Amino acid sequence: MKLFTFRIGGVHPQEHKLTADIPTKEAALPKAAVFPLGQHIGAPARPVVKRGDKVKVGTLIAEANGFVSAPIYSSVSGTVAKIDTSIDATGYRQPVIIINVEGDEWEEGIDRSSELENMEAHPELTAEEIIERIKIAGITGMGGASFPTFIKLCPPPTAKAECIIVNAVECEPYITADYRLMMEHAAEILVGLKLLMKAAKVEKGYIGIEENKPKAIELLTELTVEDSQITIVPLAMKYPQGGEKQLVDAVIGRQVPAPPAIPVNVGAIVQNVGTVFAVYQAVMKHKPLFERYTTVTGEHIKQPGNFLVRMGTPFKDLIAACGGLPDGDNKVLAGGPMMGKSVISLEVPVTKGTNSITVLTDADAHRKPIEPCIRCGKCVEVCPMGLEPYLLATLSAFKHYERLEQEDVVSCISCGSCQFTCPSHRPILDNILQGKGVVMSRIKARNQK
Amino acid sequence: MNFVLTAVCVLGAIALVAAIVLYVVSKKFAVEEDPRIGEVTALLPGANCGGCGFAGCSGMAGALVCGADKGSIEGLVCPVGGEEVMKQVADALGITVAIAEAMVAVVRCNGSCAHRPRIAAYDGLHTCAAMHATGAGETGCGFGCLGCGDCVEACLFDAIHINEETGLPEVDENKCTSCGACVKACPRHIIELRKKGPKGRRVYVQCVNMDKGAVAKKACEVACIGCGKCEKVCKFEAITIEKNLSYIDYNKCRLCTKCVDECPTGAIVKINFPLKKMVNTEVVSQESEVKV
Repeated sequence: MKLFTFRIGGVHPQEHKLTADIPTKEAALPKAAVFPLGQHIGAPARPVVKRGDKVKVGTLIAEANGFVSAPIYSSVSGTVAKIDTSIDATGYRQPVIIINVEGDEWEEGIDRSSELENMEAHPELTAEEIIERIKIAGITGMGGASFPTFIKLCPPPTAKAECIIVNAVECEPYITADYRLMMEHAAEILVGLKLLMKAAKVEKGYIGIEENKPKAIELLTELTVEDSQITIVPLAMKYPQGGEKQLVDAVIGRQVPAPPAIPVNVGAIVQNVGTVFAVYQAVMKHKPLFERYTTVTGEHIKQPGNFLVRMGTPFKDLIAACGGLPDGDNKVLAGGPMMGKSVISLEVPVTKGTNSITVLTDADAHRKPIEPCIRCGKCVEVCPMGLEPYLLATLSAFKHYERLEQEDVVSCISCGSCQFTCPSHRPILDNILQGKGVVMSRIKARNQK
Repeated sequence: MNFVLTAVCVLGAIALVAAIVLYVVSKKFAVEEDPRIGEVTALLPGANCGGCGFAGCSGMAGALVCGADKGSIEGLVCPVGGEEVMKQVADALGITVAIAEAMVAVVRCNGSCAHRPRIAAYDGLHTCAAMHATGAGETGCGFGCLGCGDCVEACLFDAIHINEETGLPEVDENKCTSCGACVKACPRHIIELRKKGPKGRRVYVQCVNMDKGAVAKKACEVACIGCGKCEKVCKFEAITIEKNLSYIDYNKCRLCTKCVDECPTGAIVKINFPLKKMVNTEVVSQESEVKV
């Protein structure tokens, strides 16, 4: 079996896939569910409920506010307690809708049976209709970035989509939510992919899976033996293969140019496997996006596991279900250890983009002392975007923003490979992100003029 | 001998030609500069801090001379030199000028470790800008001082320092030139330039938290909760409440200090007032903390 991978850079962190063989459990309903209005990229949603309103599971509670935005549906039944602010993962307060949970009553029209609906059974679905249903269901990218999915399916007129690539790489250590989803719902995912292919009017679909998931590769290959349109692509293990641009390079061997170019400029639309499953449920089962697969993991968690979680469930409920936090100080990450963001409070809820809750203990979480740069060039070697991280970090620290822009800092995908590999433990990515933020706002200001 | 003579002659000739060329060029392409600009530059402190809004002292001098020709140098103030220097400049330019009142940087946060409990530990880049961009910081307050000292770094006059005990920056008002460098450096806009006031006395709200009262109070016990008591007690309409936060307009404030006594959380402070007149003991302790 020939293994593909992307061409430039990359690292291989230890895998720590502790929960790979643990079947998914349904997480218990929370007492109160918290729905941040800005849980996707783009404009925050606008609430359509008010205090005291009764809602059911699957009731629209906030509508899309602008083109790049997504509606939000209630994941619980109960009463709207208040529309207020609450802290998000960063600690800043954001507008939220809080719903007190009473019972578990679902909206009519959502098909809760586990029966597989095939494409052939619904010849009436047109591309436009599929996209419309995806848009209405509030589906956003479920790999972490939470970009509204329907926009990706409507490429700008200058670009033409040729294939859909399903991102089933899951290259971050610890996380196994996507893997479990593939093992448990492979057939649904394939139908979801077919729907996306029809929506984007393409003839070819790929599923990229890293070789550390042989069972998933085997299962999906078996299911697609007779299907000439879908190809399963086993990939060598390398981080950050789950990055859109890296995946496009690995699977179809095309390199996406520097921003503002996006994968569709080279003919590919990349969707996370979780998103594909959500598309299946939205189109075939009329189920809007309100629950997702999430891994709760960490070396010192008593019973790590994979959960089907209703969005809005606070982190503390899920961690309690796994036996609680280890003693002492802990670092709790929304996401994996490479790109996850540490949260300031366990009151933070699971949102559309929460693929994992990773708990690191005090000893693992601390950074090592910063040493001087020894000019070894390892960061340059591993940068998957072909940048020079040491240079960007220095320019950023000394506030040389014009030069920083010339050195293409906006191409940085914040994968953290540079900082991971640095033998001097230098805060390379921290510095780059700082400068990137300034450069991005300068570009934005310039474009507005 | 011949050797030496030739060298002297050749070099001498080159020198002569070069001198003539330089002379002609300097006459022909001479840039006429107002001699007053040089004079004024000499009067200015020469710190080139940029506090006046110009790139350096000569830029400021140019603007001053230009303004003098138009008859007014209003709005042009050297924050470093202050009143004294501006008077000298006005004399040199032969105009009179209304001197702007002295300003000083004030830190509008009193969230010391005692007042504002740390709920998390930050392990990233040790600058306020980076900390502000990654999250709310180590406390529950998303508005207050982060304590990494970006303002200290920005100050060219050694006038602002982090107090180790409180973890907050303190301004040395004798050294502060109100150039505004710290104001620009602070990612949370906590530092403000305010009127220094008579005998250095001033009253201000030492908080920038815009959360609702209960939330703000939970994060920090000396937070402004936006209750509006100060607004009601103020006879000079100097206080406004906006987004759960009180703000005192220093142009309207008459330093009656009624608001200081009224504030239930002690978020309003008075500086450089004689200690014996203090009524509220809590405020006394705060005052001594803030006072330099």
